[in-house]
Amino acid sequence: MNTKVTIAGVEFKNPVMTASGTFGSGMEYGEFVDLNRLGAVVTKGVANVPWPGNPTPRVAEVYGGMLNAIGLQNPGIDVFLKRDIPFLKQYDTKIIVNVCGKTVEDYLEVVEKLSDAPVDMLEINVSCPNVKEGAIAFGQKAECLFDITSQIKKKAKQPVIMKLSPNVTDIAEMARAAEAAGADAVSLINTITGMKIDIHKRAFVLANKTGGMSGPAIKPVAVRMVYQASHAVKIPVIGMGGIASGEDAIEFLLAGASAVAVGAMNFVNPYATEEVVKGIEEYMNRYQIEDIKELIGAVRE
Amino acid sequence: MENKKKKETARVLSQKELAPGIYDMWIETEMAKRAFAGQFIGVYPRDKETLLPRPISICETDREEGKLRIVYRTAGKGTKEFAGYQAGDETEILGVLGNGFPVNEAKGKHVVLMGGGIGIPPMVELARELKEAGNSVIVIAGYRDDKLFLKEDLEKYAGVYVATEDGSTGVMGNVLTVMEEKNVQADMIMACGPMPMLRAIKKYSRENGIKAYISLEERMACGVGACLGCVCRTKDIDHHSHVNNARICTDGPVFDAEDVEI
Repeated sequence: MNTKVTIAGVEFKNPVMTASGTFGSGMEYGEFVDLNRLGAVVTKGVANVPWPGNPTPRVAEVYGGMLNAIGLQNPGIDVFLKRDIPFLKQYDTKIIVNVCGKTVEDYLEVVEKLSDAPVDMLEINVSCPNVKEGAIAFGQKAECLFDITSQIKKKAKQPVIMKLSPNVTDIAEMARAAEAAGADAVSLINTITGMKIDIHKRAFVLANKTGGMSGPAIKPVAVRMVYQASHAVKIPVIGMGGIASGEDAIEFLLAGASAVAVGAMNFVNPYATEEVVKGIEEYMNRYQIEDIKELIGAVRE
Repeated sequence: MENKKKKETARVLSQKELAPGIYDMWIETEMAKRAFAGQFIGVYPRDKETLLPRPISICETDREEGKLRIVYRTAGKGTKEFAGYQAGDETEILGVLGNGFPVNEAKGKHVVLMGGGIGIPPMVELARELKEAGNSVIVIAGYRDDKLFLKEDLEKYAGVYVATEDGSTGVMGNVLTVMEEKNVQADMIMACGPMPMLRAIKKYSRENGIKAYISLEERMACGVGACLGCVCRTKDIDHHSHVNNARICTDGPVFDAEDVEI
């Protein structure tokens, strides 16, 4: 059985990754799962300088999912290079660093500082709904996405994944803009902007008022968008949104994803990533699938 | 002994209502062997509409028998579901989480424990551990009214003063009113309760030169330090994100009151 997938020349032992922001740099969930079993660890977003993030409350539960407005709290690239990368290098898994910024210059500074680092790919977060200073605009207007992708591609030494926002009218247009600007892959979906109101206090539950929704309740939206994006572009698509099991992951692969990421479900089941790997293998055994590539995009008109 | 965090199935041993909306549940789990005062577990509701573990503090442990006691208030769907569990039921738990109170630092000191409302339960295990370590312990328990849940449990391990908001029994007022009225001597305070109480304790302990350890709470998602949902402002740069934000679930929930901006 072959579970290996290749994205932009990088070979992953299996298509299971962690969704940025739900897994830190692997230290916390390394107590629960064997990181060597994962295709890749995608880190929490890292900026050029430390970011304090948003005020609390930052998280809220909603029907079948959750809202978060962490605001990309992170220690900045210098600490990250000294601490998080060496930690991840102890494991036999690929390292994808999620990069965030408020201006194009911020992103480019992080990308440059990562140029000599032993990381396999970069994922560019242009779609966080919880940071006000304009980062989201890069991910919501096709021409802005094209522009920032082009600039990052000029500087980046590693293959670049653009992480797309679902909070757009036409996901296919966004995927095409990323591809046209030279992106090596796209990942989707980031969280869907939501809101929760406490009817007893008559107030917003989150200090940030709005937050990004994740969890099983958003999975059908994510599958649909992965399907649309993968039919719009030739570059690989990495799918995520509510994945809890091997079956969920297979659904994304069939819709056209070349790899998948487990996000909010880590909080629900800290063993989720490893269980998704096992679940994919069980499915392949059951249907006698020799090579996982047979499944990618197998459901089409 | 293996200290790794785990998610596992525990068996409910007993459940009873101590006061309106306050429930007392004993569960059987090997986590009891490595659980200490001030730490907490995450309890998962079965209803798949609700996904996240509910952080609930440890009220008491029986390490030999592998039994753990949680006393919690029903607040939403999850805790209301827990209140319906009966002996023999199973529940999924995540633990042991958080850092706990520094019991060793209390050695030879006049340590006063302060619990307010649903902050009272962790004081039972804390009083027990302190007594076992040879300390004489005073607890001041602040209640809303005369439903004095866990008072008898506290009296097994400590001298107990009671404050009630409505004055129906004990000293009318809060835990600090008791300090004044009963002239209680303290050179260390360990406390858990609502934020206004903790703020008042921080101010009181600073003014009186008393070391205070306080247990904080915040809305949590992962409970293990990954999501950065439950942070509090800190005086110094935190070791994780270097931005003066400690993670309550892993760096806390117990902090030196002087280290956190509350």
